[in-house]
Amino acid sequence: MTHLELTVNGRRYREEVEPRLLLSDFLRHTLGLTGTHVGCEHGVCGACTVHVDGLATRSCLTLAVQVDGAEVETVEGLTRDGALTALQQAFHEHGALQCGFCTPGMLMAAADLLARGRPTREEIVDMLSGQICRCTGYEPIVRAIEQAAAS
Amino acid sequence: MSVGTERETWVGQAVLRLEDEALLRGEGRFIDDLDPVPNAYHAAILRSPFAHARIRSIDASAALELPGVVGVLTGAEVAAMSHPFPVGVENAPASYCCASELTRYYGEPVALAVARDRYVAEDAVELISVDWEPLAAVVDAVTAAETDALVSDRSFSYGDVDTAFASADVVVADRFRFPRWSCNPLECYGVVADWTGDSLTAWANFQGPFTLHSVAAAALGLPGSKLRLITPPDSGGSFGTKAAVYTYVVLMALASKKLGVPVRWTEDRLEHLAAAGSATARVTDLAAAFAADGELLALRYDVIEDVGAYVRAPEPATLYRMHGSLSGAYRVRNVAVRNRVVVTNRPPTSLNRGFGGPQMYFALERTMEIAAGRLGIDPAELRRRNLVRDFPHRTPSGGLYDSGDYEACLDDALELARYEERRAEQAAAREEGRLVGIGVACVVEPSISNMGYITLAQTSDERTAQLPKSGNAEGATIAINPIGGVTVRISTTPQGQGHRTAAAQVAADALGVAPEQIDVLTDVDTSTSAWTVASGNYSSRFSGVGAGAVHKAATKLATKLRAIAAPQLGAEPDEVELRDGKAWANDESVSLRRLAGAAHWNPDSLPRGVEPGLHETAFDAAPNLEPPDADDRVASSAAHGFLADVAVVEVERDTGAVRVLEYVTVHDAGRLLNPLLVEGQVRGGFAHGAGVALFERIVHDDEGNLLTGTFMDYLCPTAPDLPPLTMGHRETPSPFTTLGSKGLGEGTTMSAPVAIANAVADALGVQALEVPLTPGRVWELLR
Repeated sequence: MTHLELTVNGRRYREEVEPRLLLSDFLRHTLGLTGTHVGCEHGVCGACTVHVDGLATRSCLTLAVQVDGAEVETVEGLTRDGALTALQQAFHEHGALQCGFCTPGMLMAAADLLARGRPTREEIVDMLSGQICRCTGYEPIVRAIEQAAAS
Repeated sequence: MSVGTERETWVGQAVLRLEDEALLRGEGRFIDDLDPVPNAYHAAILRSPFAHARIRSIDASAALELPGVVGVLTGAEVAAMSHPFPVGVENAPASYCCASELTRYYGEPVALAVARDRYVAEDAVELISVDWEPLAAVVDAVTAAETDALVSDRSFSYGDVDTAFASADVVVADRFRFPRWSCNPLECYGVVADWTGDSLTAWANFQGPFTLHSVAAAALGLPGSKLRLITPPDSGGSFGTKAAVYTYVVLMALASKKLGVPVRWTEDRLEHLAAAGSATARVTDLAAAFAADGELLALRYDVIEDVGAYVRAPEPATLYRMHGSLSGAYRVRNVAVRNRVVVTNRPPTSLNRGFGGPQMYFALERTMEIAAGRLGIDPAELRRRNLVRDFPHRTPSGGLYDSGDYEACLDDALELARYEERRAEQAAAREEGRLVGIGVACVVEPSISNMGYITLAQTSDERTAQLPKSGNAEGATIAINPIGGVTVRISTTPQGQGHRTAAAQVAADALGVAPEQIDVLTDVDTSTSAWTVASGNYSSRFSGVGAGAVHKAATKLATKLRAIAAPQLGAEPDEVELRDGKAWANDESVSLRRLAGAAHWNPDSLPRGVEPGLHETAFDAAPNLEPPDADDRVASSAAHGFLADVAVVEVERDTGAVRVLEYVTVHDAGRLLNPLLVEGQVRGGFAHGAGVALFERIVHDDEGNLLTGTFMDYLCPTAPDLPPLTMGHRETPSPFTTLGSKGLGEGTTMSAPVAIANAVADALGVQALEVPLTPGRVWELLR
């Protein structure tokens, strides 16, 4: 077992973990943060996307021990102030989610993009090439991120 | 007092989804998020690395010695502890949830290990050694049809097909192949099984109970009452795929029974791509007879359906789901079909969005496009001349089309696509050497399946020996608690469609409250929910019978509220109006909360004849769904929407890449319950249809080895891959459903593959092509 100290959504955690434990499993099963979803476990679908030190990261391709000392943000952290963020509200208004399974990863990937400045539609669509949604056909997601970018 | 006559209704409005908030906060409750029973152990499955092999022996001793392992279950034990799954055709190989002596597809379960966590369980699986004897595999359906792999062969003829062909001016005939593909919901399968005493409680992201609850119970030798199946509040998509979860419910149940612990299993993507339920692959020889003026005189189908290694219930339903719609959107009176079902060394098929529609329409609508060229008639015009005009319309094979204005929808689609201008632009582009094509498809989208259609796989004589099967019913429950809170419970197991929101709108109209004041529970519990063998999420049945059941239950409750309120308001019950959370009459009102209080706290105050409590259950059933008749005619669905689609594509000469420049789809799905949800279903259905048109297929090599085992090989479209979509709607209410609504979640999955294929064929000037139209395939066509 390996000692691990990190911050998740602003809260400090100290845990003993197996070196092979995936960050996605650590978040879901050790910490109980089940908002992060696992869709493919080989880094293609993007459902497991979280922020590690501010950078969008595939938690299914990351070992928990790799984020020792890091600040991790998950979908649960977006609403730390209580209300939905402008991005989440835009998803709601545009019908940008159906089953909601890809949504946490979509939100975290989009939040990362929005943190870098105001993206164009082309940049939004390009970013979404790394996130799979099987329900919406993507257009409502693109529109939601455009709206959030404008707000 | 009836809904919608005097005031604006919630039904029909684009109410924002009640599901969203929890999902956006990461507070959804999916199967893998739940710990419904303490101390469940984790299973991992050993799967066959061969498409066909004999299992000489299995040695699990090393696995059992691994610390943290609870035990191992092998196929031989499964065979001893369970029965084969019941199946609708006679000659199919016996099918268990796990292979024992013989494995028939790559990825088939042969054993499982149970351990304290998934990591250890997977270690244990690697320590199970199997002595394999690989055997020759059959993966080609046409070859299989010449052997004992042919498990069902039925022919049907309606009208006078031979005479029609003999009198035809033009006959078009070709072979059409449709690939195996899968909707690949982003959440994979999940099961938690807890066997205690003589009964099983199982939690699964199943989309039933459907007929498959009975199938699972039969395999386990349990009466249905001893199989308590519970679905989680949220499910991460299915599109039909999760109907096949039931085989894993049985497998985990047996592991729990043998080992004496609760067992949980969450499928990973590699397992899903290898072995989960997928669409059937189909080879269709279709001949069509036309008069010189374009009248479609007759259709003759010869179909070979590859259902994979076993005929798993509800298969061969994919082949019969469209039976009443073999004539498509056309008035043609003479139709024949030969249906052959073959088993191959590929995974068993299951429900998948479109369910038989994409396969059938690929043949029919390619044929219409080819025929237009032969007849020298514009493809849109040829369809127009043949479209059904009068409703209700009885098809030759027994289908009953309820309502519509097909020609108006086609007009709308052509206008939205600027069809005439597009044709002129296409001609100009060709002058420049560019490969631009336009494709059309007209599709009748059936919804709310007749539970009896699958018995067409049997002869009329065989059917008469059994209990007739028919209809499609759904239940819903509604209750008002002692302080006035309204709870609706439905059994349609939504997996992203927004049933919670639509059900709240329907109930809100009946009770005169706002949708957000209504809690809708979507988790199904077969011990407590109102359900029938038809209950579940398939054949786009929610907006018909699902919403209908909510309406009927809420109406019963509203009637009771009026009866309670009437004496308090000095009025007759039918003079009482429910609105704004109150009951009104004579300009006086009493709140819902107060009426609920009377029913719960003060039953002595209730008018004579009114039962205490506010808790109503109702069932809605679609009409006209009789069992197949002696002449093999069947109304295979209750409602029928219509779509007219136009695709415009350009093919890149140097790479073979297909770019869809524009896609127009015009729907008539009857009364729309919620336009926001409707748009979501159309866009999503289109994404799957465009996916199979351009990217998606499950590939096995000649030995049955899987070649599309990851998301790098099985390509799901992403945002840059999908073209702009233009949607149009007409609303011709269905006279056959309670609210006039029809299903619409599958239409564009049926139409887009063939509309895009027609456009590519038009661009290239070729007749023979297969989807997905990958750059490699198109480049070959260009050479």
